[in-house]
Amino acid sequence: MLRHVSLRLVQSLLTLLVMSFLIYGLISLMPGDPISLMAAGSPSMTPEDVARLKALYGIDRPWTLRYGHWLGAALEGDLGYSRLSAQSVTSTLISPLTNSLALMTCALSLALLIALPVGVLAALRQGRALDHVFNIAAFAAISLPVFWIGLVFIIIFAVGLSWLPASGVETVGGGGGIDRLRHLALPVLALAVAGFGHYMRYMRASMIAVLRQDWIRTARAKGLSWPQVVLRHAMRNALIPVITILSLDLGTLFSGIVVTETVFAYPGMGKLIYDAVTGADYNLALAGLMLATGLTLSGSLLADCAYGLLDPRIGDR
Amino acid sequence: MSPCRHFVLSVFSLLLALAPQCGWAETNQLVIGLSQFPTNFNPLIDTTVAKSYVLGFARRPLTLYDKDWNLVCMLCTQLPTIENGQAIVEVQPDGHKGIAVTYTIQPDARWGDGVPVTTKDILFSWKVGVHPDSGVSHGEMFRRIRSIDAKDAKTFTVHLNKVSFDYNAINDFEILPAHMEEDAFSTPADYKNKSRYETDPTNPGLYFGPYHPTTVVRGQYIVFEPNPTWYGKKPAFGKIIVKVIETTPALEANLLSGDIDMVAGELGMTVDGAIAFERRQRPEWVVTYKPELFYEQITANVENPILADKRVRQALLYGLDRQTLIQQISQGKQPIANSDVSAMDWCADPNIKTYAFDPKKAAELLDAAGWTIGSDGVRRNAKGDKLAVELMTTAGNRSREAIELIAQQAWKRLGIEVTLRNQPARTFFGDTVLKHAFPSLALFAWSSFPESLPRTTLASDMAPVQANNFAGQNTGGYKNPEMDRLLDAIEGELDKERRRSLWYQLQALYAEDLPALPLTFHAVPFVLPKWLKGVEPTGHQYPTTLWVENWRIEK
Repeated sequence: MLRHVSLRLVQSLLTLLVMSFLIYGLISLMPGDPISLMAAGSPSMTPEDVARLKALYGIDRPWTLRYGHWLGAALEGDLGYSRLSAQSVTSTLISPLTNSLALMTCALSLALLIALPVGVLAALRQGRALDHVFNIAAFAAISLPVFWIGLVFIIIFAVGLSWLPASGVETVGGGGGIDRLRHLALPVLALAVAGFGHYMRYMRASMIAVLRQDWIRTARAKGLSWPQVVLRHAMRNALIPVITILSLDLGTLFSGIVVTETVFAYPGMGKLIYDAVTGADYNLALAGLMLATGLTLSGSLLADCAYGLLDPRIGDR
Repeated sequence: MSPCRHFVLSVFSLLLALAPQCGWAETNQLVIGLSQFPTNFNPLIDTTVAKSYVLGFARRPLTLYDKDWNLVCMLCTQLPTIENGQAIVEVQPDGHKGIAVTYTIQPDARWGDGVPVTTKDILFSWKVGVHPDSGVSHGEMFRRIRSIDAKDAKTFTVHLNKVSFDYNAINDFEILPAHMEEDAFSTPADYKNKSRYETDPTNPGLYFGPYHPTTVVRGQYIVFEPNPTWYGKKPAFGKIIVKVIETTPALEANLLSGDIDMVAGELGMTVDGAIAFERRQRPEWVVTYKPELFYEQITANVENPILADKRVRQALLYGLDRQTLIQQISQGKQPIANSDVSAMDWCADPNIKTYAFDPKKAAELLDAAGWTIGSDGVRRNAKGDKLAVELMTTAGNRSREAIELIAQQAWKRLGIEVTLRNQPARTFFGDTVLKHAFPSLALFAWSSFPESLPRTTLASDMAPVQANNFAGQNTGGYKNPEMDRLLDAIEGELDKERRRSLWYQLQALYAEDLPALPLTFHAVPFVLPKWLKGVEPTGHQYPTTLWVENWRIEK
């Protein structure tokens, strides 16, 4: 197992290196550099200003040279300077990264906490009224756009009931842990609703497939109680495909929740990466996308470890 | 009690317990919703609307245009003019004419740490402004200055390297506190990173306006509190909070939930969002639409053989019902543009040639240009070439996409085949427009300022071509020696009435040649609470926050 994990770690580092080259190249090859974009809406910016700023920010050099320079500095722990935030990339990332991890962890936990038991229950009651009710709820959650769910929650909980704040991370001036939790509540709920439908459907389908296996019948025949069969044997096996999906979702959740962040004015990684890419802030975009890649790779590594725990046969291999 | 009911009741009780903490009711404070966070706080590096808005609370330019578009002094005591003797035309050492302009800084102006604002700051700011490595985005203002003489701690004379009508407008000469920033500028190339505006943005010594930022949470909010060293009228609010909320629906939700009191017009709701908000009849707020200097137009690539004929360009404009178009895209909140000069500008010609919707005249012009209508409804020339153009704009911009569709339908009725091809903003501006790579027509907007000389967009030598590394913003490739002459003549003409006449000639030439088809000037919606008075939208680049001391509460 240890050898397997070490090998995967080395593979992940190599993947990150290749990805950094590809991402840097793709961002650099996108049309329009930041200074040209700045000049595009401002006729008072003279050609001299444009040329001077391009030279100052190194945009007039080939991207491969800039990448080499970036890689050398990154290996020494310097991720460069973010043009958009006028800070080092590391300082720029800290707050959005913390916010995104908090949002992602809470939303994912809540979604799984509801979706997994509901999925199991729906599988056990397959074709009956309860299964239909859960399916309708899951399809509704998948079908409704997250921005719409977010706005409805704002209207109900912030505007109508005035229970929760409509936006932001904390009350102006800082309000402590409870205050941050209150600000987190609506975006977490909105994301959890979307996640619930997704994971409930996977869990249900996987559970139905497992429950049809011969060894389930054998376990029952051996005299195990139904709850023992479901919880100790069927559910463990049914979780394996769900974990695969979950590990792949980590990166997407981390960098792809732009809509939720925008609706709730929640400054996280999704919005940061989007702004960095559209604003041609190469260093920041690269660091953000590398983090998302790293998270996907870590998710995949954790999933491998989890497979081993859930099914020892996988670990032995 | 069942576990399920117990759980529901527990959640409900928790929410109720939290409810009293909602909102942030504090008297004498104003919370403003803004849709962007400033990229940085250094007034010389990167000019963005968000930064201008925010710094308006905390700084004052030496000169600026007021709400009536008159050039006035703000940090200086009296506007220097040739008439009052504070501006004198002089001969420079190289024999060319220049102009010496003398300003006096407000005697009581002090930085937030109590250090007076002096000519030392002026000299330091100029040093930063002209340095090629300092990262200053708009260096032209500083490069125009040949030298600066400090007469005393408050009076200085600027020697400009050429005589131009805007000799006394040093609006972009942003002052930096020498005592705070000199160390950071010791290595000019690192200045943009090491400036205290970036490393310590709440330091009061960086600001001298009515307020100064006391808390900055990047990407989220900025808290402003009154600056005790402010020399002007005492501002009304004990605290002003600028919160960043990026979308119109979220801004509306925050208004309704009481999380914000108003939405900044400079960078807030979209026009259609504000119209929808108004329709829902919210009696607590007033929505005001102010036209601004953001000129929406369709640039014609005059090197395209079809569009090289100005009769075709004129026909395109006659064939477009701009009144109806503006009604459809903004409920008529935006004014029609007749040239790149706003009707609110003093130099706008009230009798400029207008192009009222006249499809008959459009058809006649096309006939005269040799484009005759065929049996398939499409016009062709003698060689049999179709009258076909491609109209491009930014993909995803609903308003522009609506304009495109309306134009396509209108021009189709004239027998013109119009293909629409849109690109993401980054591609459109970065590659297509600025590299003069659109085949026929490009729909976009330019920002400008009062009496803005359109040299970079109309002068023949400002066409972006490979030879000049695509510098210049005359993106349609328009060339007319008469336009070049007028641009030079206006720039050097100090007499206002003679300049007015030249401006009228320039606009007449623009309206005749139509290097771009004028559509409209944008309008921005200000959503203000009824109890807030004194917020006066300007319509130009200087934000309402520069007069924040006039904002007051009237309940």
